[in-house]
Amino acid sequence: MAKVKSEHHIRGGINKKPNLAGVAIGSLLIVLFFGFPYVLMFITSLKTRLEVTDIPPAYFPESPRWSNYLDVWSSEVNPASALLSTIVIAGGATLLVLLVATPAAYYIARFRFPGRLVFLLLVLCTQMLQPTVLGVGLFQEFKGWSGYAVWGALILINGAFNLSFAIWIMQAFFASVPKEVDEAALIDGLGRLQTMFRISLPLVWPGIVTAIVFVFVNSWNEYAAALILVQQTNLQPLTVAMPRFLGLYVQDWQYLFTVALIAILPVIVLFGFIEKRLIGGLTAGSVK
Amino acid sequence: MSLTATPQMVEKAKKRKTSQGWETVRALPWLLPTLILIVAVVLYPAGLMIYTSFFKYNNYGIRRSPDPIGLDNYIGQAGALTFPGVPIGRIILNTVVWVVVVVLVTVLLSLLLAQFLNKPFRGRKLLRLFIILPWACSVVMTATVFRYGLQQNEGLFNRLLVDTGILEVARAWTKDPTAAFWVAVFVAIYVSLPFTTYTILAGLQAVPTDVLEASHVDGASAPQRYWHIVLPLLRPAIAVAALINIINVFNSLPILRILQETPGYHTGHITTTLMYQYQTALGPGVSSALSVLNFLFCLVIIAIYLIIVQPTKEVA
Repeated sequence: MAKVKSEHHIRGGINKKPNLAGVAIGSLLIVLFFGFPYVLMFITSLKTRLEVTDIPPAYFPESPRWSNYLDVWSSEVNPASALLSTIVIAGGATLLVLLVATPAAYYIARFRFPGRLVFLLLVLCTQMLQPTVLGVGLFQEFKGWSGYAVWGALILINGAFNLSFAIWIMQAFFASVPKEVDEAALIDGLGRLQTMFRISLPLVWPGIVTAIVFVFVNSWNEYAAALILVQQTNLQPLTVAMPRFLGLYVQDWQYLFTVALIAILPVIVLFGFIEKRLIGGLTAGSVK
Repeated sequence: MSLTATPQMVEKAKKRKTSQGWETVRALPWLLPTLILIVAVVLYPAGLMIYTSFFKYNNYGIRRSPDPIGLDNYIGQAGALTFPGVPIGRIILNTVVWVVVVVLVTVLLSLLLAQFLNKPFRGRKLLRLFIILPWACSVVMTATVFRYGLQQNEGLFNRLLVDTGILEVARAWTKDPTAAFWVAVFVAIYVSLPFTTYTILAGLQAVPTDVLEASHVDGASAPQRYWHIVLPLLRPAIAVAALINIINVFNSLPILRILQETPGYHTGHITTTLMYQYQTALGPGVSSALSVLNFLFCLVIIAIYLIIVQPTKEVA
């Protein structure tokens, strides 16, 4: 009996159920802290053009103006085209990284070869550089890419600067799959490329998902390169186009925040799907 | 068993025969796309930028001198470090404060948050999703909503601060370079928390509970357990989070750009925002010079971090 009790005590010490009041207060603080700017966004998105610049400001709109969420699409800034360019750029960059990083990550996880260290160092170097610090150089390289080609330029830039993180995480995952699995497949007559696609890839899916989400979210929110490179307003992605709601004479804060909230949705849904995977993926990336 | 070993041995023998150069060549098809992308989109513009920094340009981006002008763009009469009216000492100090304060506070708060979110309780998953908000929303928009809420007369945050008695009168936060700088520090911490918390949460999954239980039996208190067992095991996760944060925070353009409403060379710049100020005012020559210095500066900060913290001590 005493033994049972002490065991119970030990369990209680480490894995004890956190007390309800503490959890409630902590949760409330977190919700308030991480929610308040977005609450202001939401409230503002339901105000009229006059209400958003009221002095003093009202906490709530007189009557919530849900029609903002429809009207915004026909506003002068044209968020639909901005959304389209963001989707094209972020989607394109993610696809590019997948195509380029997967074979590289697989190979450096599986083989030791002369030059491997140099390659790893090169990848690490790009991790330290960002489009912001290379802005002038990127402008000079891509300034001739006008029209839709500018999307291509941004896909290349977002892809290149997110490569290192993706390779890093994915190679940690490939390395965690025992070599014997691959070798068995090779003996069965599959080529290297087929082995990677049909045997290894399904096993390292969580790592791939983590990489995808990182690249996608980073590209979705990229600002500096788009600011420098995209001159035509109809090709600007959301991050650069949205500040245009704040003109010299008219400041449509309500529309600005309407679009901002709409743009959060796909990302939150994406995160919702992969929350558990994300933590697993980061472990592999950080412990390795 | 012997059946599967034979082809392996054959392959090994083959490998020994093939020259080392051949192995590198065989790796190329797998690595070539990455190499091309890195060389063309990272290294080439970096080289272009260094080259540009040695020529004279006007602010329309037109080159004004056929020959290189030495270090004029760096320390000449209108150089990046010596342009009249630029409080360069203060701006460099700002940059150091910006990186150190933001990364340090972010990591400390994230340790706290991760510890809490690692407890088993109902609704934990939802709460974890909730803290992703600043990550999911673009930094540009989060910074913009703070600028909107902190306007002197129309800002709701200001009204809330006055109504609750925290402030006596509303302040024009974003119109004063120093106040705006600290607001930006807050926002930078705010948007860095989700990634950092998640990375540390991931690290916490790797802490084995049986070790913790054993130490509990041995009489270690909760703080002792955290300090001597959990924290050392978290080291790699913290190291990765800190390093990525240093790079991101150093290169953060939008937060300060949106929250600083003072035009010109004020005392609330960091070197990254100054770089963009130079680009429009003085053209690509001087701006490139500062970019080059900025990158070197970033390397120095990372080197100091690696030397002091030695994040890879356990991993390597």
